[in-house]
Amino acid sequence: MRPTIVAEGLRKRFGDKTALDGVDLTVGAGSVHGLLGPNGAGKTTAVRILTTLLRLDDGHAEIAGIDVARRPELVRAHIGLVGQHAAVDEVLSAQQNLELFGRLYHLGARAARARATELLAAFDLADTGKKAVKQFSGGMRRRLDIAASLILRPRVLFLDEPTTGLDPRGRNEVWETIRSLVREGTTVLLTTQYLDEADQLTDRISVVDHGRVVAEGTPTALKAELGGDRIDVVLHDAADLAVAGQVVARVAGSAAETDHDRRQVSAAVTDPLAALADTVTALRAADLAVEDVAVRRPTLDEVFLHLTATKTEKEVATA
Amino acid sequence: MTSAIQGSNRLRWAVADGWTVTRRDILHWVRAPGPVIVGLLFPVMMMLMFGYLFGGAMTAPGGGDGYREFLLPGMFAMTMAFGLEATMIAVSTDVQKGVTDRFRSMPMAPSAVVVGRAGADMLNTVLGLAVIMGCGLLIGWRAHDGVVSALGAVGLLLLLRFALLWVGIYLGLVIKSPESVMMVQILVWPVSFLASTFVAPGTMPGLLGTIAEWNPLSATATAARSLFGNPTWGGGSWVAENATLMALVWPVLLIAIFFPLSVRRFQRLSR
Repeated sequence: MRPTIVAEGLRKRFGDKTALDGVDLTVGAGSVHGLLGPNGAGKTTAVRILTTLLRLDDGHAEIAGIDVARRPELVRAHIGLVGQHAAVDEVLSAQQNLELFGRLYHLGARAARARATELLAAFDLADTGKKAVKQFSGGMRRRLDIAASLILRPRVLFLDEPTTGLDPRGRNEVWETIRSLVREGTTVLLTTQYLDEADQLTDRISVVDHGRVVAEGTPTALKAELGGDRIDVVLHDAADLAVAGQVVARVAGSAAETDHDRRQVSAAVTDPLAALADTVTALRAADLAVEDVAVRRPTLDEVFLHLTATKTEKEVATA
Repeated sequence: MTSAIQGSNRLRWAVADGWTVTRRDILHWVRAPGPVIVGLLFPVMMMLMFGYLFGGAMTAPGGGDGYREFLLPGMFAMTMAFGLEATMIAVSTDVQKGVTDRFRSMPMAPSAVVVGRAGADMLNTVLGLAVIMGCGLLIGWRAHDGVVSALGAVGLLLLLRFALLWVGIYLGLVIKSPESVMMVQILVWPVSFLASTFVAPGTMPGLLGTIAEWNPLSATATAARSLFGNPTWGGGSWVAENATLMALVWPVLLIAIFFPLSVRRFQRLSR
């Protein structure tokens, strides 16, 4: 079966700034693909091109087999877009919003009303009644925004940083919504700045930086390539750092880094839970005063440091 | 044949989608009437201020005590000018909140975004004009030259608003920050005052008087005055004598400039 989203060599410049420098992307039907990258990496530009909002300078893109540049009006019938802002009318109620967009999807008055009622129930917004969207919480607004994008039951849903600016509760609500969409078979392309989010929701990730895809793969594969999770140990007394470093390095089986200012020792681990248990036991056996022990995913900064470092090494090796 | 059917279909959806977008604004008026009411009553307040607070010190150009008769058509023209900022704010808010992008990513008629805006703003203007005219009638303003003439004046006023609609859409697409919205809001004031709205340009010092004479608002106000049979300021210059012609020329010129500019700006959203 043909992939639902195909992008080949997407290029886009704004004035003298290159936003996309040859992006390739393939997303199979029913899967969730993440575009992971920092601000200004080109994630939003890629989404805007694929959703017909921006014209591409060069390259080829198709959605459900339809050429994005040639037949944008046909593409629009197959996609839903959830942009960075919750693009709903703040004065209207949730029901009025969905009816408005339903009418603009050419559903007809009765069908638009029925679909609105159905979506409000599905998104747990049925009890908002006549309340203006202005009074909604961030998570509710986002859910309405996603509901509005699903009126036509699109084959592909684009989510551009869907949880940016939400509190943890709102973020969980949105994650749940996305998971249930995926269960129903919608193909999803989502952009995010958070490795954690991509890890939670996606089947595959393209890491984007400076308008290029610098790595691609499943979250597990990427994390393995990045050296996986890390364990951090914060000590009560900086004098213990040297001993603690030896203990952690022995348990983790990798080199430990010490940070004097934070009184912290950290090391890469392969099995985070086992490493956590073993480290705590070993630290206690060594009789060290510990303030905090935590296992964490590498931060996006670390991912990029790692990816760009590997690239440089490869370039050196091939030169 | 097929393309003819497709064409008429496309036109049908363009009208239907435009109307749906207009209806969104009408729903706003019903749900949150505050801003609309303030917008409708603001010209009335100005009318009362100038008609009664300052009016005592004014005499109508050409003598007599008909200052309020002179003032009202000026207030009508000013109401048209103040509509500009409503258009501009509505357009820029939708762009900034991503609503315009949502519309553009949907399989609806692309023109509906602008057509719907135009429909809503013109409806609002007709309502606003009816309110200020009604209040004018209450304080003694009259149209003296018959219905046809009066309708002609209303037509010229709405034409000015329609021209300013495109200026508003253009500015709404161009401006990026709330600060620039403020700036345009402030600039609307001197432009509305530096005209024959409240006083005859002849009473202003040389250069200011000339600018006021050439202000498009003056042309529409003066043309409305003569069509309603109200006192005009009777300047002897060419532009004063041809006010009705200029009340057509200025709006058409503004449309000729800002309609294509707005369309181009709108298309540039996808550059």
